[in-house]
Amino acid sequence: MKKIIPVPFQEEQIKELKAGDYVYLTGTIYTARDAAHKRMYDSMHAGEALPIELNGNVLYYLGPSPAREGQVIGSAGPTTSSRMDKYTPDMLAAGLKGMVGKGKRSQAVIDAMIEHKAVYFAAVGGAGALLSKCIKEAEVVAYEDLGTEAIRKLTIEDLPVIVVIDSEGNNLYETATVEWKR
Amino acid sequence: MKTIHVDTITANLREMCMEANYFLSDDMKAALKNAQEKEESPLGCQILGQLQDNLAIAGEERIPICQDTGMAVVFVDLGQEVKIEGGFLGDAINEGVRQGYVDGYLRKSVVKDPFIRENTKDNTPAIIHYNIVPGDTFRMTVAPKGFGSENMSRTFMLKPADGMEGAKEAVLQAVKDAGPNACPPVVVGVGVGGTFEKAAFLAKQALTRKVGEHSELPHIKEMEEDLLEKVNNLGIGPAGLGGRVTALAVNVNTFATHIAGMPLAVNMCCHVNRHVTREL
Repeated sequence: MKKIIPVPFQEEQIKELKAGDYVYLTGTIYTARDAAHKRMYDSMHAGEALPIELNGNVLYYLGPSPAREGQVIGSAGPTTSSRMDKYTPDMLAAGLKGMVGKGKRSQAVIDAMIEHKAVYFAAVGGAGALLSKCIKEAEVVAYEDLGTEAIRKLTIEDLPVIVVIDSEGNNLYETATVEWKR
Repeated sequence: MKTIHVDTITANLREMCMEANYFLSDDMKAALKNAQEKEESPLGCQILGQLQDNLAIAGEERIPICQDTGMAVVFVDLGQEVKIEGGFLGDAINEGVRQGYVDGYLRKSVVKDPFIRENTKDNTPAIIHYNIVPGDTFRMTVAPKGFGSENMSRTFMLKPADGMEGAKEAVLQAVKDAGPNACPPVVVGVGVGGTFEKAAFLAKQALTRKVGEHSELPHIKEMEEDLLEKVNNLGIGPAGLGGRVTALAVNVNTFATHIAGMPLAVNMCCHVNRHVTREL
């Protein structure tokens, strides 16, 4: 059965999401990758307001390709999450509850996820055409000058993702490969 | 003497950039289909199924297979009996890349300066490798390279005493460290020999070889086959979430080297291993 998770999350849902769960996200999320993270991080450290509310929200590490006429968005798959690791613990402290990306996270990020109760999902890298079909609306809401790296508010429907690291720190990347190792 | 106008080169490259980003080559498509049959992990199979659906949508609707439409790497085999007319070859290539990325709705992922990081807004400059060859051949291969996998690439300055075993260990270490980040199932390009930069070039070039084709050198063919088996035994699997298929191919290119060294480079490429070749 298809497990649909509304985003932003309800607090109690975070505990229910376990590493290895294959779920579908539906609702509103925000895109942010390298340059947007750096700007938000710098703003936080300068004591300035952020252009989006992190508290309770989910970030998608995405820089889409341009949309053709009539399309909502171009190709829209995840980028490598580890480049955001430097900035992530502070964002989790500010209330960020979920991240969608691909690839490993640092121990500092995992520790902060446990402390602040957040979830890390992987979307399948290199499946951007397929994933673009789950995005029903896209609107640039901040840092427009960053082009593909601008922050976009996305309305998503059934975005397929896998819980890789849950709010207790269980890590599917660590456990899943063991079974298949020869 | 064959004469080629720069406009012909630009027009071809424009199309090649788009083609590479919407459609995988037949060998890559076959390798991904084959991977789906071989994979034993249920989650791995589900992911490989997503990749099939993705390729179908990308081709039908001309949406890039991956949003990282890469930095354009262009290999040029230029026959010394070819005359390029109408302008400078390098400009024609960059213009073709510019038109391909702008007209093809491909992502502009290039920044002008590694520190200042201002986007050039047309994905130029391309990385161009010229090779002067005999006769009147003019061949171009465009290989848009995504950076999820590029970032996981490595160079090792091995010692002659490390030998074949040391070389294999280095490749396995690189693949293991890349894990899920390089978007497996990957194609592993390996360059051994030459100098520091030659090894890296050989590794890049190895990625443009057809999947399933092996080196003509018997000991290198054996190395490729053994490494493919060992890489797949790592258990990393599709998307790094466990499984039998971690790599589709390990392609090794070699070159003469110095008595004191054995440079080895590993250029990782994700399952969106794009390359289009045309001869004019």
